[in-house]
Amino acid sequence: MSADRASPIIEPGHSFASVTDQISAIVLGRKTPRGWWIGFAISFALLMMLNIAVTYLFARGVGIWGINIPIGWGFAIVNFVWWVGIGHAGTLISAILLLLRQKWRTSINRFAEAMTIFAVACAGAFPLLHMGRPWLFYWLLPYPNTMYTWPQFRSPLVWDVFAVSTYATVSLLFWFVGMIPDLATLRDRAKNRITQVVYGVLSMGWRGSAVHWHRYETASLLLAGLATPLVLSVHTVVSFDFAIGIIPGWHTTIFPPYFVAGAIYSGFAMVMSLAIPLRKFYKLEDFITMRHLDNMAKVMLATGLIVAYGYMLETFSAFYSGDVYEKFMVLNRWTGPYAFFYWSLITCNIVLPQLMWLRRVRANTLVLFVLSIVVNTGMWLERFIIVVTSLHRDFLPSSWGMYWPTQWDIYTFFGTIGLFLTLFYLFIRFLPVIAISEMRGLVKEEEGKR
Amino acid sequence: MAQIFHRSTNTLARVSIYGSVFVLLVLSFVLYGLSKSPYYTEVNEPKDQPVPFSHRHHAGELGIDCRYCHTSVEDSSFAGLPPTKTCMTCHSQIWTNSAMLEPVRSSYATGKSLEWVRVNALPDFVYFNHSIHIHKGIGCTTCHGPVGDMPLTWKANTLQMSWCLECHRNPEKYVRPREKVFLPLYEPPANQEEMGEKLVAEYKIPEVKKGNLMLTNCTTCHR
Repeated sequence: MSADRASPIIEPGHSFASVTDQISAIVLGRKTPRGWWIGFAISFALLMMLNIAVTYLFARGVGIWGINIPIGWGFAIVNFVWWVGIGHAGTLISAILLLLRQKWRTSINRFAEAMTIFAVACAGAFPLLHMGRPWLFYWLLPYPNTMYTWPQFRSPLVWDVFAVSTYATVSLLFWFVGMIPDLATLRDRAKNRITQVVYGVLSMGWRGSAVHWHRYETASLLLAGLATPLVLSVHTVVSFDFAIGIIPGWHTTIFPPYFVAGAIYSGFAMVMSLAIPLRKFYKLEDFITMRHLDNMAKVMLATGLIVAYGYMLETFSAFYSGDVYEKFMVLNRWTGPYAFFYWSLITCNIVLPQLMWLRRVRANTLVLFVLSIVVNTGMWLERFIIVVTSLHRDFLPSSWGMYWPTQWDIYTFFGTIGLFLTLFYLFIRFLPVIAISEMRGLVKEEEGKR
Repeated sequence: MAQIFHRSTNTLARVSIYGSVFVLLVLSFVLYGLSKSPYYTEVNEPKDQPVPFSHRHHAGELGIDCRYCHTSVEDSSFAGLPPTKTCMTCHSQIWTNSAMLEPVRSSYATGKSLEWVRVNALPDFVYFNHSIHIHKGIGCTTCHGPVGDMPLTWKANTLQMSWCLECHRNPEKYVRPREKVFLPLYEPPANQEEMGEKLVAEYKIPEVKKGNLMLTNCTTCHR
């Protein structure tokens, strides 16, 4: 305990100038590292694969996917829930930890927020692609139309539209507003005219006056206040997509809290997956310290246990209910045709992450990185199990079926990973990955202590 | 350090923020207007036909019953378009040399149908049935407009879903006595509301207002 507490959230010996130099050099440095180009090329290739998959989808319709009655929700919904969930850690770090005055959030909040926005972009694509006629997506919005109808407000799918679009808007605003002082720093340090103009426009005339700072602080707090309930509400609404339905395996009251915990769990796993390579390749170990990784591992451990509790309660209430369909659903998950995926999920989400109880594991970046990937996989499997196993065995054996993804499902899924990584590579290259102005604040505090 | 931007940029920034709100508002008004305009809905725009058939002359002035040509309107979902021989019941005797009617005669001689230009078309995902509307006291002109006064036929209503629902939600505003359904020109009486209420009850039209949602159920029209 004491050892963890003692390890700093910024390594000693940094001044205002060194912090600013090191972070802004990633953007303003002359040469783009070769590793960046390789990573970007691979991500961009995946993005182009998404392009092809979506074009073919629009030409042929959703029949190219593996979905069919009784499993109408295949990869598209699995991926949607997975991506939305990942976004939640970014909001938790930037909003809730800000309000709770957790200093250690400072160096990871910027790229965690970026991760949120990119993840929501990937998530938002799936329900649209899943529509039979995606070009009519605006029918989901209430507007004065020639049909004289409103969307079905009793349907959680409509709540989803509002939840996710609010989430995307607030996250984007929060991210951008937080970045304005840093963009101004980049503008002031830029060497050539084009860079000056681009960052100049983005920083919206920031001069760093007391009035500017006052408004900036107020806006940040307001946005944090707006974003805080979203951490809980968005995934609650997503869980309603399932919980409102009367399908065994969906229709339980544990879903909202268990989905929110799962979202934060997978989100922190993704932050970890991004932070570990990022700090290594860009030599940011001074800013994203072992203390950060340790704290994130602990958050994962806690949320992972809530998720485990969710699985337990799901099983318990199935048997406690005495309902034959509920009991069958659980037994079918354990021993049915998708049992392999169920037990993989338990291994990835519950068994292996327990290693993080050990301090040695939390201090080993390689093991932490592997574990974060394991948890991400596990959380994806969880959504797969929820969507597919619940649907494939209906009340009537005559309407049972099986679901396997087609190649197009797989291209689309990995394509969105390409979209996510492409955006992330661009973000690393063109925007400050760590909040410079907030880091300067930390430097000042550290000096005060000495 | 030299300034990056000229002073005018401040104004430009403000104008562009307020301007974008304004542009969005105007754009949505334009789109809304377009969706209601004849340019998009084709309402009140007479269509050219292979033969300039006049409903005003045949139905209005001569008083030929709608069902003389649109024979299946009482029994079927489709009102029916007349075959050429229906035209020839009269035009084998009168106007036999009219140049205007040449396409009709050649159609009759060759057996190749006249290709009329469709005026009122519903999308394929709508199930619409003429006969039920006729039997429940909805007149031809309620939807098709003053046909008895149309030299060339035009679409009188948008056929947009909002228009369908307007009547499905308030049938008493449009229903008329069954014996007046086929009048080519019809003006609703002054006591329409009162008469309508009575007819709705008499013809057993399901009333949304009284909790019978049959007429606004999605699957009534989208099967």
